[in-house]
Amino acid sequence: MRLDTLVALNAARAARRAAVVVTNLSTESVDVVVEGAIPASALSDEIVNVMRSGKAVTVEREEANYFINPHLPPPKIVVIGAVHISQALARMAPIAGYDLMIVDPRTAFATEERFSGVRVVAEWPEDLLKNEPFDAYTAVAAFTHDPKIDDLPLSEALKADCFYVGALGSRKTHAKRVERLMEMGRSEEEIARIAAPIGLDIGAASPAEIAVGTLAEIIGAFRKRELAARGKRP
Amino acid sequence: MSPAALPDPLLIAQHWREAGRDVAIATVIETWGSAPRPAGSYLVIDGEGNFEGSVSGGCVEGAVITEALDVIGSGEPRMLEFGVADETAWRVGLSCGGRIRVRVERLA
Repeated sequence: MRLDTLVALNAARAARRAAVVVTNLSTESVDVVVEGAIPASALSDEIVNVMRSGKAVTVEREEANYFINPHLPPPKIVVIGAVHISQALARMAPIAGYDLMIVDPRTAFATEERFSGVRVVAEWPEDLLKNEPFDAYTAVAAFTHDPKIDDLPLSEALKADCFYVGALGSRKTHAKRVERLMEMGRSEEEIARIAAPIGLDIGAASPAEIAVGTLAEIIGAFRKRELAARGKRP
Repeated sequence: MSPAALPDPLLIAQHWREAGRDVAIATVIETWGSAPRPAGSYLVIDGEGNFEGSVSGGCVEGAVITEALDVIGSGEPRMLEFGVADETAWRVGLSCGGRIRVRVERLA
């Protein structure tokens, strides 16, 4: 690989654009292809497939073997609520390779001091979403269980086809939330995608344990996401 | 990037090269059976044997680093294959029972 090829790849990754490295194993030539700029070739269909699946493959085309290695944007976790669970999750997620940001309009909670090392936005979620809409590479975890703060981002996350949508709260709390989301126009099928109560059932008792269960559930949702069924990226 | 995130091998390779260091990139091309790191995983190595990333669970990295130093010297890419450790020899292998193919190339 040439240095300028690696620089182009790293630039695409920094800009959250999907890219693949194509290595011709016969001639040893190495190229980077970025989403939205896939040149027409015998490999273009395969490149699109690999960008969707996120799985590296070796394929044979015109008597040459090619290795196609995808680099998808790192999944991002948007946490609604600068609460105790979020503090634990904010420390765990980066180790697992997930970008994380915290959103909470309550400035007493959303302080840099409580969340060193991650981005904290002390705004209403609707204000953040105007500039930074959710995408399919985003997981949304709502922890305030205050409808004024949680409901709108949950609804937007379902609309944006976020790969994970989770909400803290008892079954009773969630039942009321389901009613409100239906009033906001979300379908039963969409609402069924919300993980509630949030997190894998590991008997979590402390905020940090709930964060472990939530992170595990987010990883599961990302790794097992159904590509073909929903027909969308990722 | 958050300070807690693990180092990014491809960014490190770029920074090493830009600083004038010799660099090789090892990539897992194919795996069979149980293999600890999937195809597409990277290990990057500099001319002094410093490395970042992984192609296995630590089983074959030593051998890959040795080969990488040769590749840095010759400039010719190499394809390496590792399988279950051979019981009659001291060859490196994967104790998990899988097999992997690793391509090593110089960053030009």
